[in-house]
Amino acid sequence: MKEIIPLDYKIIVDLIPEKSSVLDLGCGNGELLRLLNRKKKVKGQGIEIDAQAVYKCVEKGINVLHGDIDTGLSEYRDNAFDYVIMNQSLQQVIHLEKVLQDALRVGKSVVVGLPNFTYYKSRLQLFFLGRTPVTPALPYKWYQTPNLHFLSIFDFSDYCRQKNVRVSQTVYLNPKHRVFLFPNLFANIGIFLISK
Amino acid sequence: MESIKKHFTLSDKLILESGQKFGPITLAYETYGALNGDRNNAILIAHALSGDSHAAGISKTDDSVGWWNSMIGPNKAFDTNKYFIICSNVLGGCAGSTGPSSINPLNEKPYTLSFPLISIGDMVNAQICLIDHLKIDKLLSVVGGSMGGMQVLEWFRKYPNRIHSAIPVATTMKHSPQQIAFNEVARQAIMTDPNWNNGDYYQNSSPLKGLAVARMIGHITYMSDKSMAKKFGRQKKIAKKDAKFTADFEVEGYLHYRGDSFVKRFDANSFLYITKAMDNFDLIATDATAEAFTGTQPKVLVISFKSDWLYPTYQSKEMVKTCKLTGVSVTYCEIDSTYGHDAFLLEISEQTHLISHFLKNVYKKIDKPL
Repeated sequence: MKEIIPLDYKIIVDLIPEKSSVLDLGCGNGELLRLLNRKKKVKGQGIEIDAQAVYKCVEKGINVLHGDIDTGLSEYRDNAFDYVIMNQSLQQVIHLEKVLQDALRVGKSVVVGLPNFTYYKSRLQLFFLGRTPVTPALPYKWYQTPNLHFLSIFDFSDYCRQKNVRVSQTVYLNPKHRVFLFPNLFANIGIFLISK
Repeated sequence: MESIKKHFTLSDKLILESGQKFGPITLAYETYGALNGDRNNAILIAHALSGDSHAAGISKTDDSVGWWNSMIGPNKAFDTNKYFIICSNVLGGCAGSTGPSSINPLNEKPYTLSFPLISIGDMVNAQICLIDHLKIDKLLSVVGGSMGGMQVLEWFRKYPNRIHSAIPVATTMKHSPQQIAFNEVARQAIMTDPNWNNGDYYQNSSPLKGLAVARMIGHITYMSDKSMAKKFGRQKKIAKKDAKFTADFEVEGYLHYRGDSFVKRFDANSFLYITKAMDNFDLIATDATAEAFTGTQPKVLVISFKSDWLYPTYQSKEMVKTCKLTGVSVTYCEIDSTYGHDAFLLEISEQTHLISHFLKNVYKKIDKPL
């Protein structure tokens, strides 16, 4: 049976060169790190708050630290990793700016994967239904969501410009394909490769 | 699974960390499972303060069950179908290894307090001789909880090229003042027992009362407030009439029982020497910097328990931090348990899950290197 790899994982694996050292913040059950280990022979380390997910990582032979991202990150030295990955986790941390600055300090580069709040389907739901949108990238009801920050691709681009964060690559995705035209409208996920 | 205690005597005297040469040294040990042809499936289990070499199986001599029997055996966390497990009684102990109650061959009398002060490092240096004797070049893993974990850390710092992985459980890189304080109260309980007689009691009555109190203090620190409440509540035993200060509550009876059964198998002087070795242990201080782990390759699995207030999780997180700063590959899990420090002996399913998978992945890499 051929395994189905999510599109954002494929893009991130392509972004990371072979044998890099990688820190995955909020690594979940370790699927992305396993993929990176297998395809790019990375030296990987994950941080994950959920105990059950930590057990899953250990099953896969992933080095994982049980804990929260905020304190987990601050203990590393500057440039300790080639890449720090925050795929679908940045919008869930309380002190977003501090974590992002720390990630840029600890990683030579940072990969950020974000759900785009202004994806056209979200806009339609907001406009026509008048309710908080539920989309594949933002799949939670308002009362269950772990997300604390709701932002668009434009928002994050603006932020990087204002804070002098270098954006060296961007990839935009809808649930099936890469998006090249009007990503802030037609992409539900934005992936940014950034550095200081 | 039947277990047999074996003995190994070091060929030379051991140079202790204090500089003193000491010997002869004998270590009692048990093994479970079989060493494979490549001699690369051996795991050393390091025991805690009151433990011994009888980690698993049913003892051939007294039918007792090993202290980590639920973790070691066929298809268990330390699967004896796959791995060769070794557990030795520490130097300074009283269950077959040389300690203060052993006979000094120079005068045919027990060492008592002429036994030298020993360190966690000395215990590990003696273990290395046993591993050499068993012709094992590199251990698959070294594992232990509490004081066993200190030995694991010592192996990791001193002999990283002799181990593929290390699993310190519910332990610390150094005792906090609180931990030292509890040990000191326990030692004072022994030393103020008139029977202790400056350690020279082997011909007469032993300081059983003092040792029992020391153990009672220990057991308070091994449990959590929650686990005590659950186990004993405020349940009372049937009180004797006309007696004023008897052990009325269940918890009191439990502590007395624990104390009384401990003195049957443990030597008071060993307790003093071993707790002192624990208090003096300071992994980082001996290297002066946080570079303690630099240049080491072994994979590390750190396990702690949420309700453990004797070896609190912050101490395990300190270890993780040191690994982070020195680039060591580390996995850390804080198991959600209410058992307190005792959890490392009781939380079997979570530990089994973590340890069996961790070992499987380490073993896979060395058996079939990429």
